[in-house]
Amino acid sequence: MTTQTNTGAPVTVRRYSGSARLNHWVMAISFVLLLLSGLSLFHPSLFVLSGLFGGGGTARWLHPWAGLVFAISFMGLFFRFFALNLPERTDIVWLAKLKHVLTGHDEYLPEVGKYNAGQKLVFWIQAILVPVMLITGLCLWAPGLAWMEQTLGFKASIDQQRLAALIHAMAAVLAILVWIVHVYAAIWVRGTIGAMTTGTVTGGWGWRHHRRWLREEVVAHGTTEHPRVTPGE
Amino acid sequence: MTTFQPLDVVRRSASVTTSPAPNRDVEVAKLIDVSKCIGCKACQSACLEWNDLKEPVGVNVGVYDNPHDLTPNTWTLMRFTEWENPTSGNLEWLIRKDGCMHCEDPGCLKACPAPGAIVQYANGIVDFQKANCIGCGYCVKGCPFNIPRISQVDHKAYKCTLCSDRLALGQQPACAKACPTSAIMFGTKAEMVAQAEKNVSILKTRGFDKAGLYNPPGVGGTHVMYVLHHADQPQLYAGLANNPRISPIVEMWKGVSKYAGMAVMGLAALVGVAHYAIKGPNKVSDEDEAQAKRLAEGKS
Repeated sequence: MTTQTNTGAPVTVRRYSGSARLNHWVMAISFVLLLLSGLSLFHPSLFVLSGLFGGGGTARWLHPWAGLVFAISFMGLFFRFFALNLPERTDIVWLAKLKHVLTGHDEYLPEVGKYNAGQKLVFWIQAILVPVMLITGLCLWAPGLAWMEQTLGFKASIDQQRLAALIHAMAAVLAILVWIVHVYAAIWVRGTIGAMTTGTVTGGWGWRHHRRWLREEVVAHGTTEHPRVTPGE
Repeated sequence: MTTFQPLDVVRRSASVTTSPAPNRDVEVAKLIDVSKCIGCKACQSACLEWNDLKEPVGVNVGVYDNPHDLTPNTWTLMRFTEWENPTSGNLEWLIRKDGCMHCEDPGCLKACPAPGAIVQYANGIVDFQKANCIGCGYCVKGCPFNIPRISQVDHKAYKCTLCSDRLALGQQPACAKACPTSAIMFGTKAEMVAQAEKNVSILKTRGFDKAGLYNPPGVGGTHVMYVLHHADQPQLYAGLANNPRISPIVEMWKGVSKYAGMAVMGLAALVGVAHYAIKGPNKVSDEDEAQAKRLAEGKS
């Protein structure tokens, strides 16, 4: 095998379509709005964040609408990607080698497809938390309560509303923890952000982190006819 | 009437700093002797008039309660209950003037996320500060008595102020002033507790041996108290809470979940920073790129 080192520009591989990226960024922006407005009501020391919205009153009405946008856009990504996030045997191997994941020794990890077990966990934990946040959120929102009573015939009792507030807060903390992991991973693993901005990653990124996916892309789309995998000049 | 330190704040919602503890010698209370109430609703009218509120004309559904519930405009409401006393066989008409109880340990204040939207004065009054209110409705969830109402007009929470503005001028609350039978009395809390003892003893001589003062300890006592002829069954009076306290769910929501949540979120962010500082970025090597290129060119 010839050891060919860095000749010319790297191969680029298409990872996300334009519509997937648009969907992701609608979700991301609504999440950040939810995060800031929600945290401002979570603890008195964070109330200052409501100033970003022009005051607590705006944070209060914006939050539920951002929540609806988030829930709908999450549903879009869910149906787009859930098949790719189904668990498989490799995931257990990958998780068992979490030490190598955290130390950046990807060479000791099994070859993974489009998503590794960590990404799948982020996906499925959020898939559980989002409906929980949505339902409890409706119970904390006057128009949401009115809608549930009129449309579903469900009138939340005061104790159910209190429970909704508690669950909403705790689920939000979990969702934020998962979000921190998600954002940190995107920053720490260099070359990742491009997947969500230009839609492409380098072949080396694919080789290092998602080798099975890269192989599949090469087989499925080749290198010439479709621009999914493009050799560098 | 002396002034009741109306502006000294002892508790302030969603505020990390605690206020200095002012002199709490003079705590006020309103005492409502339910047995003396004739249901004239003068208190309701006086409340609307003093606070310059208007309630839209409602619909009669065959009961005396008018309007049917507390609203952002109706801060006090006569609730009428017809009860057949099983021991005496008498039909009793129980009329309770509902409204904010001004709890010593206010659940609304505990639940409120907006700094200074709810305050408690040294004289015990729990007051909503409209300018700071954001209309989230958490006070409604915190209240053990189901009192605050959110206006659909300006999205602010409203309830009885115990006429804190009148007190500041040495006046008693408008409802107490308007009451024609002295069913509503006002004074210092000590005076009102003493008054209640007299009223209760009179009721006992009239055969109401379960008469008593409603000053529930679960919320640290209240600054609006009732004399009830059936103090053993407060729920008879249009569902008055039997043993009110701030819901344990609210305590957990505003207590452990808040602090634990802040801690774990902060910790997670710190772990991220520490991991990056120790490990540095996970970079794609030239070798990775070369391997990918070979793969793409069909050489491996």
